[in-house]
Amino acid sequence: MDLTNEQLIEMYTTMVKIRTFENRVAELFAGGKIPGFVHLYVGEEAVATGVCANLTDKDYITSTHRGHGHLIAKGGDIQRMMAELFGKKTGYCKGKGGSMHIADLDLGIMGANGIVGGGPPLASGAALACQYLGNDGVAVCFFGDGASNQGTTHEAMNLASCWKLPVVFVNENNMYGISSCTRNSMCVPNVADRAGGYGIPGVVVDGNDVVAVWEAAAEGINRARQGKGPSLVECKTYRHRGHFEGDPCAYREDAELEEWKEKDPIPRLERKLVAMEVLTERKIEEIKGALQNDLVAAEQFAEESPFPDVSELTEDVYT
Amino acid sequence: MSNMTFAQAIKDAHVVEMERDPNIYVAGEDVGVFGGCFGVTAGLLEQFGEKRVKDTPITESAIVGTAVGAASVGLRPVIEMMFVDFIGVALDQLYNQAGKMKYMFGGKAKIPLVMRAACGAGIGAAAQHSQCLEALFMHLPGLKVVMPSTPYDAKGLLIEAIRDDNPVVFLEHKMLYAMEGEVPEGAYTIPFGQADIKREGEDVTVVATANMVHTALGAAETLAAEGISLEVVDPRTLYPLDGETIFASVKKTHRLVILHEEVKFAGSGAEIAAQVAEEAFDYLDAPILRVAAPFCPVPFSPPLEKAYVPSEQQLIDAVRKVMA
Repeated sequence: MDLTNEQLIEMYTTMVKIRTFENRVAELFAGGKIPGFVHLYVGEEAVATGVCANLTDKDYITSTHRGHGHLIAKGGDIQRMMAELFGKKTGYCKGKGGSMHIADLDLGIMGANGIVGGGPPLASGAALACQYLGNDGVAVCFFGDGASNQGTTHEAMNLASCWKLPVVFVNENNMYGISSCTRNSMCVPNVADRAGGYGIPGVVVDGNDVVAVWEAAAEGINRARQGKGPSLVECKTYRHRGHFEGDPCAYREDAELEEWKEKDPIPRLERKLVAMEVLTERKIEEIKGALQNDLVAAEQFAEESPFPDVSELTEDVYT
Repeated sequence: MSNMTFAQAIKDAHVVEMERDPNIYVAGEDVGVFGGCFGVTAGLLEQFGEKRVKDTPITESAIVGTAVGAASVGLRPVIEMMFVDFIGVALDQLYNQAGKMKYMFGGKAKIPLVMRAACGAGIGAAAQHSQCLEALFMHLPGLKVVMPSTPYDAKGLLIEAIRDDNPVVFLEHKMLYAMEGEVPEGAYTIPFGQADIKREGEDVTVVATANMVHTALGAAETLAAEGISLEVVDPRTLYPLDGETIFASVKKTHRLVILHEEVKFAGSGAEIAAQVAEEAFDYLDAPILRVAAPFCPVPFSPPLEKAYVPSEQQLIDAVRKVMA
C-alpha cells in the first residue's frame, strides 16, 4: 500500500462528506425542500472516493443518475450542488439541471447523467481528446450494473479498446437496476468477466474497501496514462437506500441490507485507521464537526438563494 | 471558382477547415481507406493521416457519443452517419446528450460537433437506407439542422457548421452528390437562418429543400411557359429557420406551396405552414398546400419508389390548384 496517512485521512474525510451530504439530502427531500427525485450514494462512497483519489482536475469523469458521490469525490462544491438540488439560480446548472445533470467541466466532471448507459461513449470521447491532444489526461467512466447491459457501454468499451483510449471503466455493481437484480439481468458472475470480450484487463474488487478500490483504480489509471489502453474495474457494493428516495424496496430482503450494512465502508475504514493510529476519536469528531458546518452553510446558501427568473427559461439552449 | 460536384464541395469544406484547425477530426464507418460510402471523404486519409481521419467499427452510438465527449472537452469532430436512417441506434447520444448538455449544465458546455448524414430516396436503397428525417431533428432543441441543395451552398454551409459551437446535423440528399456547380476556392461561409431565393417570381411561393429545390426549379421552368411565375425559396437551414424571407415572399405572391421529400404528416412543411398561417395569414389568397411523400416507409420496387418521391407534376398540380 503506497497511501500516506494524509491520503488515508483525506479519503476518510471525502467518504464522510459524501455520507453526511446524502443523509441530509434524504431529510431535505422528505421535507419537501428538494423537487423531482434524488438517487443517493449512501453505502457506495468507497468507490468514488478510491477512484477519484487517483485523479487531477485535468482528468475527466462521467457519472450516473446516482452522481452526488462522484461529484464530491472529484472536488465538486457542495454549496453549488445543494443549490442545484433546490433548483436555485446559484446552483451548478443555474437550476436547469437538477440532481441528475450536475456538471463542472472546469473540474473535469462531464456531468451526472439521467440516461443509464449515457456516459460510457462520452468518457471514451474525453479519452479520445486526451489522446488526440497528447496530454496525459485520462477519463474514468462510472457506470452501474444496469448500464453494463446497455449497448452504448459495449460500443464504448470496444471502440476504446480498438483505439487504445486512456479510459477506465469503473463498474459500480450494487446488484440492482431499480428492482432488477443482477441474478436476473446478467448471466456471468461478474461484469468484469466481460472485459475479455474487449481484450482489456478486468478486475473485481471489494467496492466497500476504499484502499482496494484505490489500488485497482491506480493500476487502471496508470496503465491508461502510459498509453496502454482501457481497463475495467468492477467494484462490488450496495446502496443502503432505495433506487430513489421513497422507494419501498419491496424487491430485496431486509437481511440482505443488514448484511451489507455490516460491510459499510465508512466504519470499516474508521476502525482500520484508528487501529493504525492514523485517526483518533478526537480527530474523527473534528473532521465530522467541520463537515457538518460546511453542510449547514451549503444548505443555508441553497435556502437563501433565489430561484432562476422565468425570463431565463429559454436561455442556454444554443451557444 | 471551379466546377465541382456536391460531394466534392463537401470534401473541399473538410479540407479547407482541417487545414485551418488541427483540432478537427473526421470519424465514421468507412470514411478513411474506403473514402466514404458515397466517396465524400475520399483522399482525406491520405492528406491528413489516421489521427485525424478515423475509420470506426460499425458502432453508431460510439461514433456519435465519442464525438460528443470529445467536443465537450475541446475537439471539433465532424462525423459521418453513413445513412441518416442509422441514427435510430445512436439518437440518445445526439439528442439527450449533445443537444441538451449546454442547457442542462446551465450554459457552461460547448459542443462543436457536426454530424453529416446521407438521406433520401432514389437509388433503390429501400426503407432503412432512404428516409428523410429532417423534421425529427428539427423537433429536438439544441440541434441545428442544415439541408443544402447545391454544391455552393453545401460547401459554405458545411464550413459554417464546422465553425459553429453547437451540434449541427448536416443532411446530404444522396441524389445531389453528383450534381455539378460553381464553387469558390478557399473558405467562405453561409450564415445559418438565411434562406436563399433560388428563383424570383410573382405568382406562387414554393418553399423547397434539398433535391426538391431542383424539382421546383423544373416546375417553374415549365409553368413559366404558361405565364405562371414561381418564386422558389430554399430555407437551407431548417433550424434556425428563416421565416422572414418566407413571409416576405408570401406577402408578395399571396400563395404558398411547400415541397419536401419527407412524409407530409408532421414534416418540416407543417412547421413552415403553421408559421406562415400565424404571421402572414391575411396575405394569403389560397390555402397553403404541401406536396410531400405519403405516410409510408420508402419502398424498394422502382415504380413504387418513383411514386413515393414527390414529382414535378404533383407540384404543378398543386400550383394550379392555388392559382385557381
